[in-house]
Amino acid sequence: MIPSQLQSYCGGASRVEAEGVTIGAVFDDLDRRFPGLKFRVIDEQDRVRRHMRVFVGGEAACDMAAAIADGAELMIFGALSGG
Amino acid sequence: MASATQLLIGTRKGAWIFKSDADRRSWSIDGPHFLGSVINHLVLDPRDGRTLLMAAKTGHLGPTIFRSTDGGKTWAEAVRPPAFPKAADPASGRAVDHSFWLEPGHASEPGVWWAGTSPPGLFVSEDGGATWDSVSGFNDHPMYDKWVPEGAGTPDGALLNQIVIDPRDAAHMYIATSTGGVFESRDRARTWGPLNRGVEANFMPDPYPEYGQDAHYIALSPPKLDRIWQQNHCGIYRLDRPGETWERIGKAMPSEVGDIGFTIIPHPRDPDTAWVFPMDGTDVWPRTSPGGAPAVYRTRDAGASWERQDSGFPREQAWFTVKRQAFCADGHDPLGLYLGATNGEVWMSDDEGGGWRRVAAHLPEIYSVVAAPA
Repeated sequence: MIPSQLQSYCGGASRVEAEGVTIGAVFDDLDRRFPGLKFRVIDEQDRVRRHMRVFVGGEAACDMAAAIADGAELMIFGALSGG
Repeated sequence: MASATQLLIGTRKGAWIFKSDADRRSWSIDGPHFLGSVINHLVLDPRDGRTLLMAAKTGHLGPTIFRSTDGGKTWAEAVRPPAFPKAADPASGRAVDHSFWLEPGHASEPGVWWAGTSPPGLFVSEDGGATWDSVSGFNDHPMYDKWVPEGAGTPDGALLNQIVIDPRDAAHMYIATSTGGVFESRDRARTWGPLNRGVEANFMPDPYPEYGQDAHYIALSPPKLDRIWQQNHCGIYRLDRPGETWERIGKAMPSEVGDIGFTIIPHPRDPDTAWVFPMDGTDVWPRTSPGGAPAVYRTRDAGASWERQDSGFPREQAWFTVKRQAFCADGHDPLGLYLGATNGEVWMSDDEGGGWRRVAAHLPEIYSVVAAPA
């Protein structure tokens, strides 16, 4: 699931498909399909950015090396951030 | 002679491009570009007159660089924005929070750009801003942790806030930082040394350290490139190379105004003339116009004396200030001066500061204003 902040990368889509056996690999595939998207969410040390949130199967995910099951839903959110 | 001018305006909520007629009297507005994005700097490449680079991020999304080769009609994102190398221990590795300053490379190096970031980092692009590489000479310098101590910085984070290239020598560079002061390289950013002698750091145990100062802004005098002006957290300074010791020329400012501010703008043709926009650096550091009465101060004798230029500005209850990249000159004769304020107003003078008029109001908080030929 793609949040509004990133839908410009995906032609306006709020849901897209991507492949990978780890969360990091899914982001790499997303970046191949939608160049630039990954770095807006994941920094150069593979950490989820401070005001972004990533969930897999409803659980918060922050380890890019963690496995992701076939068919799982990866959700990206812009967290609450004022100003 | 004046001619059409454009103002490239970065704000906390997007970018605008203002274009003037030949007399700089009326202005058209193009924007917003990237509404909602934090735009720290928007710069035109003087080497081709059409390439624009923009340092952007949002409250949520990470930092990036947008590039336009048609004067801002269309934009493309950098393929590889500035980013630190992956650390041996990624948990504690540095990550770019935002790019703060964009500097076109030397005239002899078309396509080269430099970027300064928060946390302090120096990056270079050799392909017009499409891909960026970490400059190891600074970012991996053995003294980096001393020059950029953990916890130091500004309310928006520690900064490598400026890059200055000597027009006579592409290998001769200066950078300004909020954590270590000014540094100089004579080998195109491979090695660096501090250049802070005589500059106060009244927030350090040794108030005149080798490094540790907060250099808000530095500028070479175009007609006298061995003269460097500096607006520092602790006053206004001037250094004439090959000298190594800065002189605090801000001591000549009126005591009720002080010599604290963010920027200093040299005259492009007169080496003894420069302008500052003071802010209140007393007590708890309000960082507002002193006394609520905005004014520019000009020196025409290399800092021996300063004159107040406030004609046109509100005389009371006006508390805006002007940030590091938000004061500039256009190079015309008579010189145009422009400043973008924290209250979203753009002010200009078309007579070298003699009179000021408001060009725009109601923009978001302004972070940068760059004047360029239209």
